[in-house]
Amino acid sequence: MRVVRTPLYDQHLASGAKLVDFAGWEMPVTYEGVREEHMAVRTHAGMFDVSHMGEVEVEGPRALAFLQRMLSNDFATIALGGAQYSCLCDEEGGVLDDLFAYRLGGDRYLLVTNSANHAADLAWLGRWSRGFDVAVRDVADRYAMLAVQGPHARAIVRGALAIELPSRMRVLAERIGNRPALVCGTGYTGEDGVELLIDPEVAPAIWAELLDAGIVPCGLGARDTLRLEACFHLHGNDLSPERNPIEAGLGWCCREATGFIGAEAVARARAEGTAERLAPFKIEAAGIPRQGNPVMTGEEQVGVVTSGSFSPSLEIGIGMAYLRSDLAEPGTQVEIDVRGKRRAARIASKPLYASPSSRREK
Amino acid sequence: MILSDANCPDELLYHDQHDWARLEGDEHAVFGITWYAQDSLGEVVFYDPPEVGAEIHKDASYAEVESVKAVSDVIAPLSGEIVEVNDELADSPEKINEDPYGEGWLVKVKLTAAAEADALLGAEEYRKLLENE
Repeated sequence: MRVVRTPLYDQHLASGAKLVDFAGWEMPVTYEGVREEHMAVRTHAGMFDVSHMGEVEVEGPRALAFLQRMLSNDFATIALGGAQYSCLCDEEGGVLDDLFAYRLGGDRYLLVTNSANHAADLAWLGRWSRGFDVAVRDVADRYAMLAVQGPHARAIVRGALAIELPSRMRVLAERIGNRPALVCGTGYTGEDGVELLIDPEVAPAIWAELLDAGIVPCGLGARDTLRLEACFHLHGNDLSPERNPIEAGLGWCCREATGFIGAEAVARARAEGTAERLAPFKIEAAGIPRQGNPVMTGEEQVGVVTSGSFSPSLEIGIGMAYLRSDLAEPGTQVEIDVRGKRRAARIASKPLYASPSSRREK
Repeated sequence: MILSDANCPDELLYHDQHDWARLEGDEHAVFGITWYAQDSLGEVVFYDPPEVGAEIHKDASYAEVESVKAVSDVIAPLSGEIVEVNDELADSPEKINEDPYGEGWLVKVKLTAAAEADALLGAEEYRKLLENE
């Protein structure tokens, strides 16, 4: 498979990035160290090149009806310039992707997809669009995407780029680098901040301006530890077509009454309960859980870790695991089998780490 | 990585899996991981030491070091029995990054096959190996 580079590849090299292959993209995993970058976002401001994320535009007189059918959340409730998180489900309620949708115009929406799922999402949306009067366009090449996150992110971006910023869960059409851009009040770190969708041609200059303004470049390593502390799902780890939104703890973004694809299965799972549920946990003493580690009570395997890491904020091992629903309650004691060693863990409530600057979040 | 940063002291012996051994007399040696190994791994946040008294075997894993995102096996450069582990690392594993050949040492071993040392690399040979990594 051909490895693709973002428009910021040279900037990453200049900042000393360690690059890894991520879903066919050559992406920075870290610059100075995952922990430093993580703490920069928790205490100051960090920026992530997330240009590998995909963008899909949906436009047409029946765009709203189409999205109500495709996505799990209720789009009738988002105003112009609003944003909403949602699952994209198959007929059995399996999660094909999770994504943010932004309402850009009366009948024009932008979906931001996970890079590994972008092509499949496009094919799925395209297939179902035939019954609707809508255009589904791949606009991934039109945007570079920068996530600027942290308690000081907004102030620095506003000053450095001289632009207006949207409030949380809103999107604003702006000009950045004298080109049309979208500024989104969203993120994946549990901190306040913005995500900038900008013209790829001006991305290097904008990156340099934000760097000069003191924003710390951060790689995918810190992005993963930050989202895990905030208990945000990662598709491919915590979400998959084999799991429905209810067992994943995403019932809050499903509105079965809209009749979305998979709604019947989701309604059934909600009414009957599921055998397993996703729950966050903290290791009580030593050890770092990793994806795939069995969750044990005594000699019985009761679940599996889907995301695990060292938490730079809490300085302990943390993770999320699918486990038997009766055990998926905060306070329950379990053990994680970390490569043959049993590590005591306790099921926790969400989020594992709550940022003082993001207390207003859901 | 800038190779000139990858210092490797002349007085140590090296295993090609990026581990070092410092011989102490004919019977004992101290082991650790090299500057290159800690740089590749990133900041070490957890070191799980072996038990004192454990037998370890040349070319086999005897411990694990973990960064935020990765786990790495630590390979024994020589065979022997663990006589001491670096307890300081439990609270400050970052010493493995800061001083991999000094305060970041991992274990002290009583050697059971001291002649194995002949198969290890000298500093010059190890530097050549790094140039080809």
